[in-house]
Amino acid sequence: MMEAVAAAAPVQTGVQAHNTPYLQISGIFKKFGDNVAVDHVDLDIRQHEIFALLGSSGCGKSTLLRMLAGMERPTSGRIVLDGQDITHLAPYDRPINMMFQSYALFPHMSVEQNIAFGLKQDKLPKGEIESRVAEMLDLVQMRKYAHRKPYQLSGGQQQRVALARSLAKRPKLLLLDEPLGALDKKLRQQTQLELVNTLEKVGVTCIMVTHDQEEAMTMATRIGIMSEGQLLQVGTPGEIYDYPNCRFTAEFIGETNLLTGMVSVDEPDHVEIDVPELEGRIWIDHGITGPKGMQVWTSIRPEDVRLDRKPPATPGVNSARGTVVEIAYLGSYSVYHVRLPSGKVIKSMVPSSRWYEAGEEAPTWDETVYVSWRPDLPVVMTR
Amino acid sequence: MYNGNKLSPVLKGVLVAGFLFLYLPIVSLIVYSFNASKLVTVWGGFSTRWYVSLFHNEQILSAVGLSIRIALASATAAVVLGTVAGFVLARFKRFRGSTLFAGMMTAPMVMPEVITGLSMLLLFISMQQLFGQPSERGFFTIWVGHTTLCMAYVAVVVRSRLIEIDKTLEDAAMDLGARPLKIFFVITLPLISQAIASGFLLSITLSLDDLVTTAFLSGPGSTTLPQVIFSKVRLGLNPEINALATITVLIVGIMVVAANYLMLNAQRNREKAIAAAMRENENAQAGPPSSAVSSASA
Ligand SMILES: Nc1ncnc2c1ncn2[C@@H]1O[C@H](COP(=O)(O)OP(=O)(O)OP(=O)(O)O)[C@@H](O)[C@H]1O
Ligand SMILES: [Mg+2]
Repeated sequence: MMEAVAAAAPVQTGVQAHNTPYLQISGIFKKFGDNVAVDHVDLDIRQHEIFALLGSSGCGKSTLLRMLAGMERPTSGRIVLDGQDITHLAPYDRPINMMFQSYALFPHMSVEQNIAFGLKQDKLPKGEIESRVAEMLDLVQMRKYAHRKPYQLSGGQQQRVALARSLAKRPKLLLLDEPLGALDKKLRQQTQLELVNTLEKVGVTCIMVTHDQEEAMTMATRIGIMSEGQLLQVGTPGEIYDYPNCRFTAEFIGETNLLTGMVSVDEPDHVEIDVPELEGRIWIDHGITGPKGMQVWTSIRPEDVRLDRKPPATPGVNSARGTVVEIAYLGSYSVYHVRLPSGKVIKSMVPSSRWYEAGEEAPTWDETVYVSWRPDLPVVMTR
Repeated sequence: MYNGNKLSPVLKGVLVAGFLFLYLPIVSLIVYSFNASKLVTVWGGFSTRWYVSLFHNEQILSAVGLSIRIALASATAAVVLGTVAGFVLARFKRFRGSTLFAGMMTAPMVMPEVITGLSMLLLFISMQQLFGQPSERGFFTIWVGHTTLCMAYVAVVVRSRLIEIDKTLEDAAMDLGARPLKIFFVITLPLISQAIASGFLLSITLSLDDLVTTAFLSGPGSTTLPQVIFSKVRLGLNPEINALATITVLIVGIMVVAANYLMLNAQRNREKAIAAAMRENENAQAGPPSSAVSSASA
């Protein structure tokens, strides 16, 4: 099904590689009374990009999106889209459309009328409206249901109609607020790829909001992490996962082991960090930007933590001894929770084949084991 | 239908007695409207003479006409003003004095009608002294009084319906390029049309049987139907009134049945459509959806 769509679609990838960003959000700030909802966000979006805003509940994602749509007025800041300053434009004058989390389909109108609604507001000729509606119905494969009312559609079908309606006006920017939030888990995973395919086929620039990190990783070309109104980090899914720039991102995206320490040796080619919780040091084989004596946080992903019965070659450096307190068997791999003498629990993700290949029994509860990691894997963060 | 607790005989008896108490007088009123005798309590054979004389009674006919005109006019005005007020109550953010506004909107519902009527009468009299208008009490003054009363009910009905409706529908319409006034007429109004219709019907019935406010606001040449009935009954029971009441019951009955039928019908159609959609969905899931895809991308 996906192949059919992809094959038929001339995917527009970076046709115009402009240097100036397509959408420029600068210093956007929004206060509700004394409550800061969006705190000086700067963000550049390229054309044809699918950008995901990710963050926990109440961090200001929807507010930022609503300011782009014009439904909320920024307290200060500027929004420029395709060379036009739209900061103070009314929602109905913006070349931006939004797909709402609740879909917001007009219940008294048929699928067809819903899709035609925006086109009618532009007073397009009748023939043009009809052909565009037909095009949209085909795009989301809803032609059969053109005369249905929204309440006669399943959740997934409603989602497709909402998408078609928001694309019908060929907006310069499409905003999606939790586009799949109202679907159940199974349908959501299937719909993610379908949605990305449709968006790429149309070639529209999108900003979507989600608090499902898997969804963001699957769908987006770049991700922005938000917390308490601030945009903490922007990058591709890989960058965000491999090089988080702060504790929040490291913990928010995927699982990680977070260790607090102090820089004790700061050389251009290596750094050592004293970590009381390890009762040892972390040795990193590259320099960092931070002086000696500075407090830092180190993130080590569970899949980067090696588990052994034998003590490592360099005790007290990039390793620690502990006891297994919990094992989560997840099929092709298991997650071991190892408690160190300090009480800190380190998670280690071990492929199930690891013990078989070594010709050993897998460790069990209360066994003494050693955790260790390579010196290039920990990520050091200063905030 | 009654799967579960059956009514005990005692409860059934109480229920029947209650209904008899409520409806027996109305039934007897209808029966006696066909009474040939002039005495309301003595059966003198079947006759339609009271209906004939009713339709020759100028006083009653003009009262009916006036009542209907007032009811329609005040229901219309109440719907317009009440909808606007309900919209403000439901959709506007809290503004200075919004609580006061909400309270004053609903006050006519709880205020004793005697007070409302009297204060309006005083208002109209002093207005007449100051500007010479309204020059007399009649259609206009009754209309104002009834509108005040009815719009409170409309506002309450419309407000509660608006609160139910998802506000993002209006946001979505705005996002798609519709301006606020257009959104109100194209999105909001159709969604609250049922509430407005029921507000309209409610206003008509309120206006049709209002006696107290009307008594304060009517003038010599303007007597409404309830006033005529009231004054006639005070002179003694009259079979003509029975006939008039029977016609009223008939009309109200037809209106209620029709409204119920319309609503039930709409609901049944909706259920049918949902059932049909469910069946088709099942069929669509049984067959591979790939055919739709290939035809779409071709
Ligand atoms: N109209 C409003 N008036 C007052 N405060 C508001 C308003 N809208 C949002 N807020 C506040 O602004 C903050 C950000 O809200 P927002 O809806 O943007 O969060 P979100 O990131 O979309 O969360 P979620 O994932 O739960 O949707 C919250 O603290 C919220 O209470
Ligand atoms: Mg939100």
